[in-house]
Formats: sequence, C-alpha cells, structure tokens
Amino acid sequence: MRLTLKIWRQANASAKGSMHTYEIDGISPEESFLEMLDELNEQLTAKGEDPVAFDSDCREGICGMCGLMISGQAHGPEVTTTCQLHMRSFNDGDTITVEPWRADAFPVVKDLVVDRSAFDRIIQSGGFISANTGSAPEAHSTPVPKPKADRAFDAATCIGCGACVAACPNASGMLFMGAKITHLGELPQGQAERGSRVRAMVATHDGEGFGGCTNIGECAAACPKEIPLDVISQLNNDLRNSGKYLR
Amino acid sequence: MAVTGVIFVLFVLAHMYGNLKLLSGQLAFDEYAHHLRVFGEPMLPKMGLLWIMRIVLLVSVVIHAYAAFTLWGRANNARSTRYAVHKMAQASLSSRFMRWGGVTILLFVIFHLIHFTIVKPNINADYTQAQIDASPYIMATASFKIWWVVLIYVLAMIALGMHINHGLWSATQTLGWANSPSARATAKGIALIVAALTVVGFLIPPLAVAFGLIAK
Amino acid sequence: MTELIHGLYTEGEALVDPSAPTGPIETRWERTKDANRLVNPANRRKLSVIIVGTGLAGGAAGATLGEAGYQVKSFCYQDSPRRAHSIAAQGGINAAKNYKADGDSIHRLFYDTVKGGDYRSRESNVHRLAEESVNIIDQCVAQGVPFAREYGGLLDNRSFGGVQVSRTFYARGQTGQQLLIGAYQALERQIAAGTVEMFTRHEMLELVVVDGKARGIIVRDMVTGEIETHLADAVVLATGGYGNVFFLSTNAVGSNVTATWRAHRKGAYFGNPCYTQIHPTCIPQHGDKQSKLTLMSESLRNDGRIWVPKDAADCDKDPRTLPEEARDYYLERIYPSFGNLVPRDIASRQAKNMCDDGRGVGPSISEVGPDGVTRDVRRGVYLDFADAIKRLGRPAIEEKYGNLFDMYARITGENPYETPMRIYPAVHYTMGGLWVGYDLQSTIPGMFVAGEANFSDHGANRLGASALMQGLADGYFVLPNTIREYLADAPFEKISEDHPAVVEARTSVEERINYFLNSNGNRTVDSYHRELGSIMWEYCGMERTEEGLKLAIDKIRALRADFWTNVKVLGKNEELNQALERAGRVADFLELGELMCIDALHRRESCGGHFRAESQTEDGEALRHDDEFAYVGAWEFGGQPGPNGMGAPVLHKEDLVYEFIEMKQRSYK
Repeated sequence: MRLTLKIWRQANASAKGSMHTYEIDGISPEESFLEMLDELNEQLTAKGEDPVAFDSDCREGICGMCGLMISGQAHGPEVTTTCQLHMRSFNDGDTITVEPWRADAFPVVKDLVVDRSAFDRIIQSGGFISANTGSAPEAHSTPVPKPKADRAFDAATCIGCGACVAACPNASGMLFMGAKITHLGELPQGQAERGSRVRAMVATHDGEGFGGCTNIGECAAACPKEIPLDVISQLNNDLRNSGKYLR
Repeated sequence: MAVTGVIFVLFVLAHMYGNLKLLSGQLAFDEYAHHLRVFGEPMLPKMGLLWIMRIVLLVSVVIHAYAAFTLWGRANNARSTRYAVHKMAQASLSSRFMRWGGVTILLFVIFHLIHFTIVKPNINADYTQAQIDASPYIMATASFKIWWVVLIYVLAMIALGMHINHGLWSATQTLGWANSPSARATAKGIALIVAALTVVGFLIPPLAVAFGLIAK
Repeated sequence: MTELIHGLYTEGEALVDPSAPTGPIETRWERTKDANRLVNPANRRKLSVIIVGTGLAGGAAGATLGEAGYQVKSFCYQDSPRRAHSIAAQGGINAAKNYKADGDSIHRLFYDTVKGGDYRSRESNVHRLAEESVNIIDQCVAQGVPFAREYGGLLDNRSFGGVQVSRTFYARGQTGQQLLIGAYQALERQIAAGTVEMFTRHEMLELVVVDGKARGIIVRDMVTGEIETHLADAVVLATGGYGNVFFLSTNAVGSNVTATWRAHRKGAYFGNPCYTQIHPTCIPQHGDKQSKLTLMSESLRNDGRIWVPKDAADCDKDPRTLPEEARDYYLERIYPSFGNLVPRDIASRQAKNMCDDGRGVGPSISEVGPDGVTRDVRRGVYLDFADAIKRLGRPAIEEKYGNLFDMYARITGENPYETPMRIYPAVHYTMGGLWVGYDLQSTIPGMFVAGEANFSDHGANRLGASALMQGLADGYFVLPNTIREYLADAPFEKISEDHPAVVEARTSVEERINYFLNSNGNRTVDSYHRELGSIMWEYCGMERTEEGLKLAIDKIRALRADFWTNVKVLGKNEELNQALERAGRVADFLELGELMCIDALHRRESCGGHFRAESQTEDGEALRHDDEFAYVGAWEFGGQPGPNGMGAPVLHKEDLVYEFIEMKQRSYK
C-alpha cells in the first residue's frame, strides 16, 4: 500500500505545531496502524529526520496508552484502540490525517503525545473505594446481585484512553467519569462514599477544564470499549441524589 | 437546563393545545383566549395566571440561556485548538443544531411576542387594526394569510422540533432517568414523538389558514 | 574463584538465603511476620521508600506503604500508573478459597504451584503465596473489583491451566485489568492523601548504592530530559519481566529490563535468567514489521483441535479443503491421553517442531536458521473449531469464546468461525529475575524486588493464573511485612546529592545518554533489537542446545560491539526522545541476553520452560536432573561483559531443599 500521511508535528508543549506531509510505500494491509508509524519512523531516522513521537504500550488494546485522531475519528474508522487498528481498514492511495487528542485538559507534550494526567486527578479526587490493605472482610460476606456485578464490570472496562474527550464536540470527560461512578456505585462496597465521590469527581472534572456534557453521544460511539451513554445518566442521577447518599 | 427545558416543553404543549382551538372557529378561540385572562378569578386577579406563567417562563429563559451560553463558552475553552479534520460518528442533526437552533428559537420568540402580544401590528391590508385588536382569532388568521409569515413560523417550528427532539432526551440524561439501554431508547422515542407532535400541532393552524381550509 | 567454565563464567560460593524460615511450613510466614520488628507510626513519616513500577506489585506496595504512613515515591515510565502491563493479563487469579468445596486447600495450591514450577522454586515462598492468595480476593472485592459472580451473588470461579480444582477467580477475560485498576485506585487515593508522590513518564536509569546499601535511584524525566536524583531509605523494584529481550513477545512494547539490570550491575544477583515461559496460543507473526505478539487465552485448547497438514505441499492450501486423512492432529497423536491439553511448554515445542519440519501454515517469513542460512518458514499451526461448532453449535462457542474470536478476527482479518485459527507460541513471562531472599530483599541491602521482576515463586515454570496472585501477594501482603524489618533499623545515615556515590551514578547516566546522542552511527535502535530478538528466539527459545547457545553468545557479543559503534539516535536529551529511551533499554537487553544464554548453557537439564535438547527421554520429553541442578542459579555481575570473555559472571548456587513435597518427574503421555 502507498499512503500519504498528514501528521501533526509539535516540538514541545509550548512550541507552535503544524501539519507535515509524508509519503510512505510498501505497507502491508496486515500491519497495525502503529506498526505503519514505526516504519515511517525507521525511514525518517534513516534520513536523519526526527521521528514522530506517539504513545503506545501494550499494543493489545487494553492499557489505554495509545490514542490518535485518525482522519477526524478517535482511534480511526473502527470501534477499537489505535493499536488494534489495522491497515486493511484503509485503501491503497489514501491520505490519512493524524492528529493528537485535542482538548485543553490534555495539553500536547510532543507531536502526537498528550498529557492525560487530568484523568488521574479525577480518580484521585474520589474514584476509589477506601479499603486499606488488610482491613477487608471475607469476600463472600457481601453478595452482589449478578446484574449489578455485570453492569459494574461493563463500566469498569474503561481503559482511560481519552477517546471520549477527543471525540466530544465539547471536549467533556463525562463518559470517563460516568464509567467510574457507575462501576463503584453499582457495588455494595461503593455505597459509603457514593455521594461524596460524585461531587468531588465532578468538581475536579470541571476544574480541569473539560467541557460540559450536552449528550450528543460521540463519546460512546468513539469508545473502544463501547461504554454506553447511560453511565452519564447514572452520574447525573448520583449527583442529583448525592445529598441523600451523604445522609 | 434540563428543568427549564422541561418547563418549556410543558408550556409549548399547552400552547399548542390552545392553538388547535383555532380550528373550532372564531367564537371558540376568542372564548379560550378570554378565559385564559380570567382564569382563576376571583382567587387570582385578572391576567393572574398569565402573569404567573410569564414570570416563570421569563425566569426559565434567563436560566436556560445562561446555562447554554456557559456550556458553549466552556466547550470553546475546552478545545481552543480545533481539529484539522473532524468527522462526527453518529451525532444527530438535532444535537448538532442545539446552540444555533436555540438562538434561532429565541429570536423567533421575540418576533412572536411582538407579533401577537406586545405590538400586534396589522400586516394584512385586508383587515383593520380595530378588527385585530378585538379578536385574537382574526389577529391569527389575518397573519397566516401572508406567505412569509407562514414561512417564518414553519422554519421556527422545525427548529423548535429539532431542539425538543434532542433537548428532551438530553434532559432525561441530565436528570438521570436514562440509566439503561432500554430507558435510553424510551427517552429518545418520547422525545421524538413530542417533537413531531409539536411541529405538526403548531403548524396545522397556520397551514390550514394559509391553504384556506378554515372559513373566513 | 574457580576457573572459567565453558570459557564463560566462574562459580562462586554457595548462596544461602539469610531470611529463610525454618520449622513447620504452615506457620513459617506467621512466625516471620511476628518476628519482624515494627516501625512506630510516628517514625514511618520520617522514612522514605522509592517504588519503581506501578503494576500489581508496585501499585499495591505503593498504596499499602502509603496507607501505613511511609513517605513513598512511586515511578513509572508510562503516562499513568494505570497503564502497567499487569493490565493485559486475561485469565484469572488463583486463590485457595475452596468455595466449590472440591477439596482445594492452601496445601493443595502450594503443591500444585511447586509441581507446576517443576521443583525449582522454594517451598517456603510458595506456601506463603498460597496462604496470602485468600486475602487477595478479600482485599480486591473490598476495593470494588468486579469479579464474575453467580446468580446467587457469590463469587464464581473456574478451573484453569489443567488443575483439578476450581480456584481461579476472574473478571471475564480482563482479570488483570480489573485487579490493576483496583491497585491503581488505591494508589491514587494515597497520592491524594499526600503519602505517595507520583512520578509518571520517569524512567529509572541507575541505582544509587551508598556504603553497600540501596539509597536511591537516578531517573530521567522523559518529557524534559532532566536527570533527577531521588534518595530514600529503601528502594523497591517492581518493574516486571524481561520478555522483550526476544523483541517479539506478549509484553508491552515499553517493557524493559533496565531497572533490574542496572541494579544487577550494581551488585544484585540475577536468579535463573534462562527461565522463560513460552505460551502456545498466540496469534502468529504476520510479517517482518510486527512489533508485538498477542496472546489468546489457552482455554481455547479445551475445544479447539490443533493440526498441521501431513504433507508440506498442502500448507498453502485452504485448510477447509483438506480431508481428514491429510491432516496431522499431532498432539492427539503423540499424547493420546492429554491430547490438545498438554502443558504449555510441550504444546509450544511441538508446534515449533511441526514448523521446523516444513509443515507450518500461514504466511511464510524469512528467518535465519541455526546454521546461519536464511530460509522462508511458515510459523503457525491450525487451531480448528469446526468439530466443536458441529458438536456444540455456534452459539455455544460464541458464548464461551466470543471475545477471543473477535480479537482474532480484529488482528488477522480472518473469521475463525469459518476458517481454522492459526496459532504459534510466543514469549509470555519470565520466571527468572533478581534474586531475593524470603524477605524479598536482593543481595543489595535495602533493595527489595517484587512481582515478576524477582525470580522467586514460580520455579522453572509458572502455572496459569499465578502471576496475578504473586504480584498482588508481594505488593499488598509480603513486602509491607518484610520491609519493616529493614526499616526498623532507622534512622539511616543522611546522604546528600553530592555524595561521591550519587555523583558517580548520575554521571554514568549522563555519559551514557551523551554517548548515544553523539554516536553518529547508521543503524536504528529497533533494528538491533529485532536482530537480538531473533538470535534469542532461535537459540534461547523453546529448545536450547549447547552448540546453539555458544553460537548465540558469539552473535550477541558481535551485535553488542556493533551496537556501541554504530547505533544512531537522533534529537537531543532535553525533549521527549523515544529513540533515546529505547537505546538505553536495548543496550541492557544486549547484556542480559548473553547472561540468559550462559545460564541456559550451564543448566544442562530440561525443567519447566527450559528445554535442553541434550536432556530428554527416549520419547523426546523433558528430563530433569535433580541430583545436579536442584538449585537456584544466582548470577553475580562480572564487570563489563566483553567479546574476549572478560568480566565473566559468577554463579552462586542456592540449594533447593524439599522437605514437604517429594520431587517427581512429570509425564503427560
């Protein structure tokens, strides 16, 4: 395959970036998108040009480290992570635009690498169940109804990649946050902190500069783990009832 | 935003119901309009209910618009560098038209209030100002015989329908009532039905007048 | 010192674990915890601990030590502690809860793990692991880990990896993810509480040893390039395994050996480096641009049948057109009683044998053989579900394996419901790692090693669903209880950043970085890494021979020499420079690879994941030599390895004594 790549290049957080065009040939449709970028970097290095910086780690779709805006779609045209996107999803001769996640809460570090530590700070503010090591009761002392356990699991599959924010026209992080609220709120162990959790996380989210949610639904459509939109409703429900949970 | 939005939807539905009285003829419609003004007497003063509604709606507009512009501003600040290429995956036309659609509706409401409440200008030379002031029925039918007035109302009602279609479903999300896939489907369905009902219900009287389906 | 053996290494004094407990095995851990001194809560605030790595072991240890009140500094190279590669574990986590009342017990888990490790692990460690397994489940449930549940609301579990009891707790196929998120959230809670200071995108490049004790680390801020010194009273390495020495493995592309290798160079012994686990059911390589391999749960072997064509000429034909009589269901043929469910190492090795025999399937990839000749080989065997679909129906197969089939389809573009899957073994886990005592302390006082980074609990082979168990046991329960015995010696001598040992460590890091940036060579870092990987895979992979290992050592030395003269790294230090990061990692892999080959060469027996062609039964099965090799091979760094054999590593043997379990030769025929 022969491709034209238009890639965002930006030397560092404070530098001004711009799109650069590269031609690449001899790409196999079996390669993953990131392997195609690896190959571009090998060629750039051989020519003495600075390779393109991009994040990735597990390359099996679970760590959440990779994430690119590919021709205007978060993680590209398939419902999966960038690392699990393969070149067979493209056609010979295509022009592909590659940009970093765009959100002021996710500042660009270099080229296609962004800083998603805002997500960590949201979790820090309440995305946990306070259970000190060694203080846990016997696991079977609290049964969890299977439907609740299943819903908690579905929400807990979030990989924190940030595609929801990237795809959202408002750059909102509500799907990420809603997934955590739903995961912990569905479980009996999560009830004690249910009210304070949602309030603290929402306050942090808004303070980090994410946009507000207008329920457009692009987040859920872009989510590689197919987290459904109802976690946002659940978050709002918990927020509305947070006073009750705090009593 | 959700709460004020729901207030608007309830108002709009009631308003639509009243409008449909137009089909019952001048007597019924004028009687309805009069009754609105004396509703609740003597417990309420004359025009009492109307003013309560006006105040509630006015406050709602302020809150709704304030929230909307705040969200708009936050969205702009949250992504100060735009994408070179951005494709929407599934966003409905309604959801993408909320902000400008909302502005459109606001402008229309101002026009509508001037048209039928505050100034009541006579724009149809076939009628006198006295006739218009005397009968709300005549006021309405006189206007809807003019094509561009009908066109404005048709466009505004389409904008309103789209706004309700996304807005009502969005309100269920914001209020936390769409916590499952089935609840989400129901909410979206109801929103679509209410939106369609609104568009059709509001447009029947003006179109009926425009096409001469109502006598006189 | 003895003289050079094989011209490669010397043998030093025997190694004895100073913290090894004695007495009845059931109470060894309890008695150790009681004997370990306590640290007064007021003093904990004054004690600092550095933890490198935020996977199950590092994340759990960071959270627990933070809760206890120590000042913790936690480091990871990723952008968030939640990315650590523990997240990719699919299958589950073992715990001797006996919820199914099927006869499971701590003793049985202990026995299975020792046996699974082919009698090359310590009884005391494994027993402790089995004891703590039950606490892990309690802890994780309390944190909100959404384990699979039955309709009654209680925890479900399943039988895994050929054991006869049902003790594997799981969260669909994403158990590692859920456990890691639990540990991550506990860690983030401590970060918010101010007890843990988190450094993301920071890579440890050197260990600081002052007066024989580990006192800090030198890290590079991967965003700004700044070389930072962090000093503390103790250092914990929880940096995972080194499978990426093979370039292609199921590890994350960033996984590396640098932290542990740098510590090894500073005096920490490396235990059993040759013990690697090769997993049979991975998705085969698609071509020479491949960057990593993906594992599929081996539960697939429960219903899939493995075969290759009998005739090499049929290998490029559509498998569906081949009649039964043209297929060789080789595992069922060779191992009639276990069939497709033979252990991982056997399934792996036989797949390699079939492909070496020219009967592999899938795309042919050119590779350099042991004889140095380049040839095209198909590396893959069929895993066929046609019979299972006929027998159970497609819905039943979808229900059981749907997510795995989807994953396969996503990666290969083939529909496994229609055509047989292709699988091939891949490097998955490294049982070897830094040598630690029962207290998880390395041979450098004050430096502790937890999780996959240490060598301790799995012997020569790890059982399925045991990696998560070990990582969390070390992090939540073992390390916090053993490190206090060391920290109770506080206060420790204050050291400053201009201490000569600190300056030396820092300077060496800076010099190495400058060397790479100024080397002006003409080969990329990745090309060296790929070449090293193919050498390791060929000679130190599934089957090892004396001749091959010696050849590999020569090749690695030549490659390393070339690397240091010819590597090309662009850009500067003061920026995000991914090629520079990789250069340092590959430099360390080039040294580790040699040590792995030396270890594999010296262990002239077949055990667990280590198969020496010279040590097999008449039927070609692995043959252990307990009389000669029932020991841990702990290697002391011998100085800068060089092509002339200088700086030969020193082997220290720690004898493995079996008091409670009888050693047996395994058989799967």
